[in-house]
This record gives sequence, C-alpha cells and structure tokens, in this order.
Amino acid sequence: MSDKPIFMTFARSDVTNFVVLMIVAFAVIPLTVGSDYWYTSILIPWLCLALAAIGQQIVMGYTGQLALGAAGFMAAGAFACFNLELRVPGLPFAGSLLLSGVIAAAFGVLFGLPSLRVRGIYLMVATLASQFFIIWMIDKFGWFKNYDTSGIITAQDIEIFGRPFTSPVEMYLVVAVVVIVLTIPAINLTRGAVGRSWMAVRDMDIAAESMGISLLRTKLLAFAISAFYCGVAGALFAFTYLKSLEPVAFDIKLSFEILFMVILGGLGTINGAFIGAAFILLFPVVLNSLGNTYFHGMIDATIMSAIEQVVFGALIILFLIYEPLGMSKLWTNLRQRMFSRKRAGDARALRKPAG
Amino acid sequence: MTEFLFFFEVVLAGMLAGTMYSLVALGFVLIYKASSTFNFAQGAMVFFAVLAFVGLMELGLPFGVAFVATALLMVAVGYCTERLVLEPLMNQSHDTMLMATIGLGFVLEGLAQAVWGVEVRRLDLGIGDFPIPWLVDNLGLFVSALDVTAGVVAAALIGTLALLFKYTKMGLGLRAVADDPGAAASIGIPLKNIMLAVWSAAGIVALVAGMLWGARAGVQFALVDLALKALPVLIIGGFSSIPGAIVGGLIIGVTEKTLEVYIGPYFGGGIEGWAPYVLAIFFLLYRPEGLFGEKIIRRV
Repeated sequence: MSDKPIFMTFARSDVTNFVVLMIVAFAVIPLTVGSDYWYTSILIPWLCLALAAIGQQIVMGYTGQLALGAAGFMAAGAFACFNLELRVPGLPFAGSLLLSGVIAAAFGVLFGLPSLRVRGIYLMVATLASQFFIIWMIDKFGWFKNYDTSGIITAQDIEIFGRPFTSPVEMYLVVAVVVIVLTIPAINLTRGAVGRSWMAVRDMDIAAESMGISLLRTKLLAFAISAFYCGVAGALFAFTYLKSLEPVAFDIKLSFEILFMVILGGLGTINGAFIGAAFILLFPVVLNSLGNTYFHGMIDATIMSAIEQVVFGALIILFLIYEPLGMSKLWTNLRQRMFSRKRAGDARALRKPAG
Repeated sequence: MTEFLFFFEVVLAGMLAGTMYSLVALGFVLIYKASSTFNFAQGAMVFFAVLAFVGLMELGLPFGVAFVATALLMVAVGYCTERLVLEPLMNQSHDTMLMATIGLGFVLEGLAQAVWGVEVRRLDLGIGDFPIPWLVDNLGLFVSALDVTAGVVAAALIGTLALLFKYTKMGLGLRAVADDPGAAASIGIPLKNIMLAVWSAAGIVALVAGMLWGARAGVQFALVDLALKALPVLIIGGFSSIPGAIVGGLIIGVTEKTLEVYIGPYFGGGIEGWAPYVLAIFFLLYRPEGLFGEKIIRRV
C-alpha cells in the first residue's frame, strides 16, 4: 500500500470548487459581512466544529469505528495549545496549533487501542473512557490550568508574525485558513490509498484483513488523524470562539453534538461534516428566533432546548430510516436534479453508511 | 479491627451502590437478549420514567396509582419504539440500531423535560438515606437503609424476571427469539408481541431503577449520566447475561468505592467518574465477551 501516492491528482471540478471557495472565504465574506455577530457566533464556531466533525467523520464515517470522545480530544488540543503558548516562548501560533494536534493524536492512538479488539458499543464505552479521563485529568492537575483557581482561564491573544489577530474578522480569517489548509489533505486522504483501506475496514474488517490490510495500522492511523483534527479544532474553538479555557465546555454533550453532525450530515463524506455542523449550530438559533417571533418569549429557554433535543433525536431516527447517507446525499440529489446531466460513475453513489 | 470494619463498610456500600447500576444494566440485558439491540436509550428511559412518576405524584395521584400509570406509560413508550423505530429499521446493522437508540434517548430526554420541566425534584419513598440504627448499635456498621432497600428490590425484581423467563409461555418464546429470531418466527412465535413485552419490561425496570436513584440523588438530568455507568457494568458482566449484569454492577460498585476511598485522596478525588470505564477497557482487552457473555465469533 505504501508505494502508492497518498495525494491523488485532482480533477477540473476540484480546481473550480477550490477557486470559488477561496473567493467566497477570503473576498466575498470579509467584504460583505459587516456584523461581528456573524463572525463570532456563526462563522467561527461553524468552521471549528466542522473541523472536529471531519475528525469524527474519519474515524466513524470512513473507518466505521463508533467512537464517542471527540470533545475529549478537543479539550486535549485546547489545553495543549494553551500550555504551549504559555510555556514555550517564541513558538509561533501555527506551531502551537500543530503540536496540540499532535498531542491530541497521541491520546487518540492510546484510546484507539481497544478498537483493535472490539467494535460497536464496546468501542463506544472505551472511547467514553477517554472523554471522562481527559476532562478529569485537566481538572484535577493544576499544572494544565497553570494553577488557576478561578476555573475560567482567558485564552492568550493570537499573534502571527508579531501581528495580533484579535478582531472578529481577523480571527475568522485565521480559522478559515487553518480549516481550508486541513480540509484539503483530509479530502485527499479519503480519496487515496489510506482512505480506501479505511473504507475496506469499515465495510468488513475481517475481509479487509484477509486482503492484506493491516488492521492495526489502519485503525490506529484513523484514530490518530481523527484526534489530530479534533485537537486542532479544540484549540481553535477555545482560542477564537470561547476565548477562554474551561474543561466544562468540552463535556460529553459536545461529543454527542459532533456525533450528530456526522450522522445528520452524512456518514462517509467530508462535506457532510460541514453541512452537519451548520445544521446543529444553526437549528437552535432558528428555533429560538421562531419562538421569539411567534410566541414572544412565552416559551422558556430550557423548554426550547428540550424541544431542540427532541427534534435532533427524531431527525437522527428519520435519517437512519429514510436517508442513511444524510443531508449530504440530499444535497447531491438536489444538484443532480438541477443539472440533469448525470456524471457517470459518481463516486458518491457507491458510498455506504457505517456498519 | 476498626480499620477492617471500615474497609468492610466501604465494600458493602460499593456493593449496594452497585446493585443500582445493575438495575439499569438489567434493562439493557433484557432488550439485548431478545433483539441483539444495544439500547443506548435505557438511561433516558430511567430518567423519563421517574420524571413522569414524580410529575404524576405532584398532580396529587397516590403512590400506587402513579406507579401503575407510569408503568402503563412505559408500555406505551415501548409500543411506539417498536412500531416507529425498530420495525422500519429491521435487519439493519447493529451500529445503525445503536445510533437509532441514541436518537431515541435524546427524544425521551427532551420530551420528559419539555413536559415536566428541568428543575431538580425530590422523591421521597419514605425510606431514609441514613444508616440503619439497629446495625450501628449492634454491629457498629454504617449502612444506608436506602442501599439495603435497593439491594432487596433488585433481588426481588431479578427473581421475578428469572421465574417469568423460565416458567411462562412468553418467557419460553423470548428465549426462542433470543436463540434464533428467524427460526422462532417460522414456528409461529409472534416476534412483535415478544418485542413489546421486552421493551415494556425494560421500561418498568427503568422506572424502578429511576425511583431508587431519584430517592438518593434527586430526580434530575444527571441521572442520564449515572445511567451511562451501566455500560461498563455490561461490558464486565457480558451483554446477554442477567447474572452478568448483577455481578458486573457489584464489581463496578466495589471497585469505584474502594478506589475513591483509598486512592482518590492522592489525586484530589473524582476517580469515580472514569474508573469504571477504564476498568471496562481492561476487561475489553482480556475478555471482550465479559464474564458471563457468549463468545463473539465473526465470519467473513
């Protein structure tokens, strides 16, 4: 496997998509979106969570390992970044981000080890251990929090080449650059030999093994890369969105949300991670504004969040029954209907959900 | 001697707390045995059931009526689950079913909170969570009355279920379905009725577990997280074994209490939160099928 190139050649549509994306991300949005609300409450968290969802997607959607500890790895990344910025003078922010991803990846390998022996809910329990253990560790050992007793630590300002990036637009640009730089290799990985071996393991691990794919290498690589993405996402999430570091922000609820993003967005697709993250993030906003418009705040906020929970749960069930490939597939269908010429051999048609 | 007595107390408290985990785990096992489905929503069912029970009590219903009404409600939940979730997803992979029950869990949690509100409620069963005076006076043991009740209730519940499985027609059918659903269906065992019975039983077990948990910790959302601890219990005991759920619960209860009391102080406490999961990982590495589970054989 290793003699095949990891980075595959790209098609013309990839180039056009990329150019459009660059123009939208770095010209259209910064020039047209003026309000800080859009950056601080929607675009920045969306991109951060989408990055974490890519991590979850790699381990769950591509490799078929039911893991439930994304928020734990995000916490590891966030606190690693905080400590690197604090304790390693002269380390550029990009270096801190990269290293915090690597540290999270180490945790990913450690807690991915059980995946070599178990699957399904067994693996889920093993990954839950990582979630609870990492949060506990950060909480109990003062060193990680620099012996801060207030519970909430302010994140350091982001500084790149000596220039501080603190305004919402600047932070958005930082996040957008990181997310794009990391999404492209994710797409390449999933299209290449590595991605093929992940999918082979997902579809039937024993068959994959008998065809010469090393389960040890494939699964642990998936866990490492997944945790790397989650770690970087966690660091970005803490430094640009929360602007503070507290272990509570990365509790099991966030892990579930990331899981939902991947299931609703569409298992086994990178764009599903972005669509799912947008949906999970925006739905409560829309629901709240609907509630305010039609019921004029008569409905309690806690009831609203309960309704939100019901809708998420029901949607999960509905999608599993009617469209296991998620919103990403709905989007593909819509596009195909609009541009009636079907692309022959569209790889998306061949994709299967996990399990 | 007092040190030994203290150790004994810690172990006993752990065992009794463990039976509470066992009760939640029991609901999982019932459903898993019959349908090979991991019901991730069991914790949510515990929360849903006890919140409904407390809510009905607050409306002024007497204890017995509220209990029966909630039990009927749980049967209705089981029916809806069977019709709306399980049936459309029949013959799907286990991972898909697991994800669906995660969704179901969110629906139940959300519904319960939307109907009954989110504030923490007290549940008074008339049994105090304090040491039994007789034991303190005569043996010098500090054991909570609630823990003892939980132990007795768990034992009674498990005994009843075991008898039902063994001696009723329904129980026989259930064992047949657990063995081979296809063969059971082909000889005319009504799969749907069996599923409904199992989900109802799991719902009622959830109600009982929720009442005991609620009496201790208050009826609140944190019950869902407590119920998550039934997962390591199941891994240690094996998913398909009722005795496994009991022994697993006891092991988890004792381990987390002794670790917390003897090792916890060196780390500032809080070990209870993750120790069961790490223990489960070690079991997974050495005995993935659990103590009482059947060996998992997978073929290409």
